[in-house]
Amino acid sequence: MNIPYTVEARPDSGLANGKLGIWLFLASEVMLFGALFSTYILLRVGADTWPHGELSVPLGAVNTIILIGSSVTMVMAWASLKMNNWGRHRMFLALTFLLALVFLVNKYFEYEEHLLAGEGPNHNTFLAIYYTLTGLHGLHIVGGMIVMGYFLGPGAGLWKRNPAQFTNRIEYTGLYWHFVDLVWIFLFPVLYLL
Amino acid sequence: MDLAATHDTPVHDHAHHEDLPFWRKYIFSLDHKVIGIQYAITGLLFLLFGFFLMMLMRYQLAYPGQPIPLIGNWFGADKAPGGIMLPEFYNQLGAMHGTIMVFLGVVPLAVGGFGNFVMPLQIGAPDMAFPKLNMMSYWVYFVGGVVMLGSFFLPGGAPQSGWTSYPPLAVIAPAGQTAWLFGMVFLITSSLLGSINFIVTIVQLRARGLSYMRLPFFVWAQLVTAFLLLLAFPPLEAAAILQLMDRLAGTSFFLPSGLVVSNQVLTGMTGVAEGASRAGGGNALLWQHLFWFLAHPEVYVLILPAMGIVSEIIANNTRKPLWGYRALVYSVIFLGFMSFIVWAHHMFMTGMGTAISAFFQTTTMIISIPSVVILTALLLSLWGASIRFTTPMLFALAFLPMFGIGGLTGLPLGLAPSDIHLHDTYYVIGHFHYVVAPGTIFALFAGVYYWFPKATGRRMNDLLGKIHFWGSFVCINLVFMPMFIQGLGGMNRRLYDGGMQYAHNAELLHWNVVIGFAAWGLGLFQLPFIVNFFASIKWGALVDRNPWQATTLEWSAPSPPGHGNFVTEPVVYRGPYEYSVPGSSTDFTPQFEPEHA
Repeated sequence: MNIPYTVEARPDSGLANGKLGIWLFLASEVMLFGALFSTYILLRVGADTWPHGELSVPLGAVNTIILIGSSVTMVMAWASLKMNNWGRHRMFLALTFLLALVFLVNKYFEYEEHLLAGEGPNHNTFLAIYYTLTGLHGLHIVGGMIVMGYFLGPGAGLWKRNPAQFTNRIEYTGLYWHFVDLVWIFLFPVLYLL
Repeated sequence: MDLAATHDTPVHDHAHHEDLPFWRKYIFSLDHKVIGIQYAITGLLFLLFGFFLMMLMRYQLAYPGQPIPLIGNWFGADKAPGGIMLPEFYNQLGAMHGTIMVFLGVVPLAVGGFGNFVMPLQIGAPDMAFPKLNMMSYWVYFVGGVVMLGSFFLPGGAPQSGWTSYPPLAVIAPAGQTAWLFGMVFLITSSLLGSINFIVTIVQLRARGLSYMRLPFFVWAQLVTAFLLLLAFPPLEAAAILQLMDRLAGTSFFLPSGLVVSNQVLTGMTGVAEGASRAGGGNALLWQHLFWFLAHPEVYVLILPAMGIVSEIIANNTRKPLWGYRALVYSVIFLGFMSFIVWAHHMFMTGMGTAISAFFQTTTMIISIPSVVILTALLLSLWGASIRFTTPMLFALAFLPMFGIGGLTGLPLGLAPSDIHLHDTYYVIGHFHYVVAPGTIFALFAGVYYWFPKATGRRMNDLLGKIHFWGSFVCINLVFMPMFIQGLGGMNRRLYDGGMQYAHNAELLHWNVVIGFAAWGLGLFQLPFIVNFFASIKWGALVDRNPWQATTLEWSAPSPPGHGNFVTEPVVYRGPYEYSVPGSSTDFTPQFEPEHA
């Protein structure tokens, strides 16, 4: 038994199954982060005072640049497959993985500094929503790294058997990765600058 | 539950003919039909369990302070010392009854069960678009269910803050509430994976010739339901994460500063190091907004698949096309959209401003229009038909007035002035149970009787079915109709002693005994169904592919369909309900029958 349209697009919808699936998944992710951003707005509007300058803007800015860079390398990893260049694909995918790791290491030092200073999630409501939002975003980064790790390791064999499907999967990974990047592009100004 | 799920399918005779090992074929199966049956049987068992919890509560309400007969000693001293139910235990039963019925019973049966089994067959697909994801949805749901049930054994017992888990009480409740939150995260994840799968399957895997306006109405209902699950559940997931942070990390998203509990200002928290403080400045209403942003669309998740099932059965048993198919489709889409902007009508008592309240009253009145259109179209479909009064049709027919009563009694709740009086009374309980119990659950029974021959190749017994129907129909109305009387009299819904402390309830208390007896009766009349269900798997009358002489695609597959569903690739030639076409030799012209056969 074969499921149709796993690789090629269905003519009337113009999509393969996986692509529609990942877009629907991202729609639900928008609602998830949307609810948390709404929480942030509601808490802030209702607060008597709201702390400023608690977070290190340079660290946040560096992480923003790292994530934007990883989105670029992610596109390159996909484009290399389209150009049938396996070596370049491996390099760019590994680079994306590495940038994600650097982001997390940065984040770790940022968390550590605050936690050592006694500024945990129960310190004030700003830090509470900060840890929740960035923690959930961090989990999404980890999720993306697991997927990338899979395609660098055990999942790479699919390229030999079905290059079109492998290329699609990298494209879907990329769509997810750009979304994770986009969430951070909202998080950075909201938490660090405003 | 997995034991039941595996033993109920006709396994033993065929197991040695199949190439897949037993556990791949019936436990970790990728086949949408097996997964659908797993969902359905797990859901039915949870419905039964939720019903038992309710019977315990009804006994306590009818005879407050008296030991529970027979099984009273099973619950232990922390729940029911000497068999007499403690108020905390009553609260646990209430919270778990709601949670189990909604999230573990009705939704898995209506969406996971019927959606999974019937929808791919109706659109002519070989399976769901993502079979592995489908299997994972079921098992994530299963784990969520185990976590929920496990909470009964935690110190302090199961969650006791209602199925709505309102803070601040939910945040300071015993450990069971943490289990509830984790359980919900599992259930939400399961629903999200499932809904993505459903939408992709409907958009991508429709058979040749099956355009959107030729889809059976059941498929439309499932499509809209899937969108509701996809977009409404994530905010509850966010809310569950925030409440977990409040409970475990000492934040106070939902706790205002200086909250006083039991005459003490709240500082240190359960699960947080001694002496740790809370951040303060949270907002208890934030939870209510996030919760109802899910839970109002959830109401339509409960009702839309039921409407879909009823539509299929009415078209089939009236031997007529559905009246106003397009109106039905546009209504269900509009209903899905509107359900996202009515949520705060659950919160009229929170002191919201008149402008906001006016907005939500208006949207609430607007959303009743498509519901009425759907009900009217189904009612008009009966006009002039020579109806076949089969068991599924009886349940489907009963759905119409029952859902009608449930819907119409909701109008006074949607208007703030009357809601202020009726809020949190038994009137509300009566209202939504009319929608969900004799409404949705009757439709689900109808679906079981209707599609049972497709799933097993055998028909269920009609006499037992009719006993089940008439007994349930009378009893369930005796359960819920008196609640309107109690509610209009002002009886609060959350009193563990049935309200005997309040003078204004004195005239209403005797109804608790009536409802109690009706509830035991309702339980008794489920026995014919249980016997019928299991006996028919083995001894039911054998059927061919199309026992109901129906027109939709699932009836072109063998009964039961094999892996991959269809023997030849199905092609669709016409709309879904071509019954009694003038000039045709039969009174049904299936979608899959070529033009000049």
